[in-house]
Amino acid sequence: MKIVVCIKQVPDTKGGVKFNPDGTLDRSAMLAIMNPDDKAGLEAALRLKDQYGAEVTVITMGLPKAEEVLREAMAMGADKGILVTDRVLGGADTWATSQTLAGAIRNLEYDLIITGRQAIDGDTAQVGPQLSEHLNIPVISYAQNIKIDGDSVIVERQYDDRYHVLKAKMPCLITALAELNEPRYMTPGGIFDAYDAEITVWGRANLVDTLDSNLGLKGSPTQIAKASDKVRKGAGEKVVLDPAESVDYIMDKLLTKHVI
Amino acid sequence: MNLEEYKGVFVFAQQVDNELSGIALELVGKGKDLAKDLGTEVTAVLIGSQVKGLCTELAEYGADRIIVVDDPELKEYRTEPYAHALAEVIRKYKPEIMLIGATAIGRDLGPRVSARIHTGLTADCTQLDIGDFPINPVPGKEQKHNQLLMTRPAFGGNTIATIACPDFRPQMATVRPGVMQKAPRVEGAQAVIEEFNPGFTPDNKYVEILEIVKAVSDIEDIMDAKILVSGGRGVGSPENFKLLEDLADAVGGTVSCSRAVVDAGWKPKALQVGQTGKTVRPHVYFAVGISGAIQHLAGMEESDIIIAINKDETAPIFDVADYGVVGDLNKIVPMLTEKIKEAKAQK
Repeated sequence: MKIVVCIKQVPDTKGGVKFNPDGTLDRSAMLAIMNPDDKAGLEAALRLKDQYGAEVTVITMGLPKAEEVLREAMAMGADKGILVTDRVLGGADTWATSQTLAGAIRNLEYDLIITGRQAIDGDTAQVGPQLSEHLNIPVISYAQNIKIDGDSVIVERQYDDRYHVLKAKMPCLITALAELNEPRYMTPGGIFDAYDAEITVWGRANLVDTLDSNLGLKGSPTQIAKASDKVRKGAGEKVVLDPAESVDYIMDKLLTKHVI
Repeated sequence: MNLEEYKGVFVFAQQVDNELSGIALELVGKGKDLAKDLGTEVTAVLIGSQVKGLCTELAEYGADRIIVVDDPELKEYRTEPYAHALAEVIRKYKPEIMLIGATAIGRDLGPRVSARIHTGLTADCTQLDIGDFPINPVPGKEQKHNQLLMTRPAFGGNTIATIACPDFRPQMATVRPGVMQKAPRVEGAQAVIEEFNPGFTPDNKYVEILEIVKAVSDIEDIMDAKILVSGGRGVGSPENFKLLEDLADAVGGTVSCSRAVVDAGWKPKALQVGQTGKTVRPHVYFAVGISGAIQHLAGMEESDIIIAINKDETAPIFDVADYGVVGDLNKIVPMLTEKIKEAKAQK
């Protein structure tokens, strides 16, 4: 079985976001990590590899520096890493990103493609389903549990108040949730090997059946009209009182606002 | 693509088990506002099996027209037949705007459809306006009027971006549930109803549903609550949530929680407020022992009145609270519950 896992290098938003004086994101001041949902997708692929035997290829689109997450993935157990990088690919929205990944993946043989549900920088959850459409294969989003059954996958697909157990013929694309599993650590041997491993680098010329008009900023149907630091509602009152006085203070507010 | 051909505001009227989801009516309400600004109409697209009975409700909440795609293949949500239905509706009727709920269904359906018809899609919007793009004139660039300006948080709620889709139609957005307002219901209001069936031919993309497992719960939907008593890690233990439940009972509210509480396994995911949980805007939000991570604030800061109780004076929750009380919740909450009971008994 051949599995392709799409991963993305993202700024770690957990410790807060840093801005340049001009209001743009200061990526250099933030740690770059493998997107958590993607890491769960990679772990799911590695478990399938452990259980059924598979070749796992990780692919990322980004700046040359994104090679770091490919090496991390290979240190965890992925077999091959592909970096798709080219200046003409910059500024892509989800349409152009999914077009790029589709163009790259058309070079590969695959039974299963796994992507994270969403990346923590954009939170769109769009690239996975869009990629599946471009490749004309079924998609199962929000996967909780993945099993192989002959030429099909059986997946629990999460909804708000239920889950569906779905069966799809491969090739198929699955989007994974960070809650899916606890990703394994890199092994010391894995880190050593991954450091030396060869990363395949592809540019625009390697994309199959892809129009220039669908790539990068120019190929992106959506455009940013405005971006700003979020303006929050200002703080109200804050009091430090003893417990009984605190209760009286809250009661006074609840009564004057007619809550009770 | 001749952009002029595309007219009208369309909304996907999500239904599950032949009941309209709250987001369907919220989108009809918002779609109506946008349609008014554009001098056009709002059309609900209703997709399912045996769903025509839902038209009355959509009409009474403001839909001018309803397109019904009714087919046995559409009984349960599956990506392919639903994407086919919606994409064919768009190809035939050519809307200028297509809104979809940012639900577990809509966030799967929207990208698949936008990729099929080649247009842009903006995810998880919290604000929609009609305006100019570019917002301010730029020399050498045409300023287009009557564009859909789609505003959404990004970077975990740290930034906010406004997106346009000037050269492709329809302008598509998924919209976060609980943010837009329903229009008031008008009993007896009528809509034009049109039935449309593009034909469904199952292939490999029609995945098979082997089993449907519904979560058994009698949990009240926290998005409908007028008063929420929300607890965070500071509550200390699942047992200690009793204090919050008592307060909720006394004040006539519902208990909700932060992500940390769900991650710790103290409360189910259905009660989680925040970026990866639910967006709520109750009349009163009690934040008890919640520090106020940015992802949590994104889900509750639109509440009318926010009352925070936290022992950490520097907790970010105090930056959005109308009334912040620095102190020990274990002492304050039980006393508050008693006082509320007394006050209610006297009325």
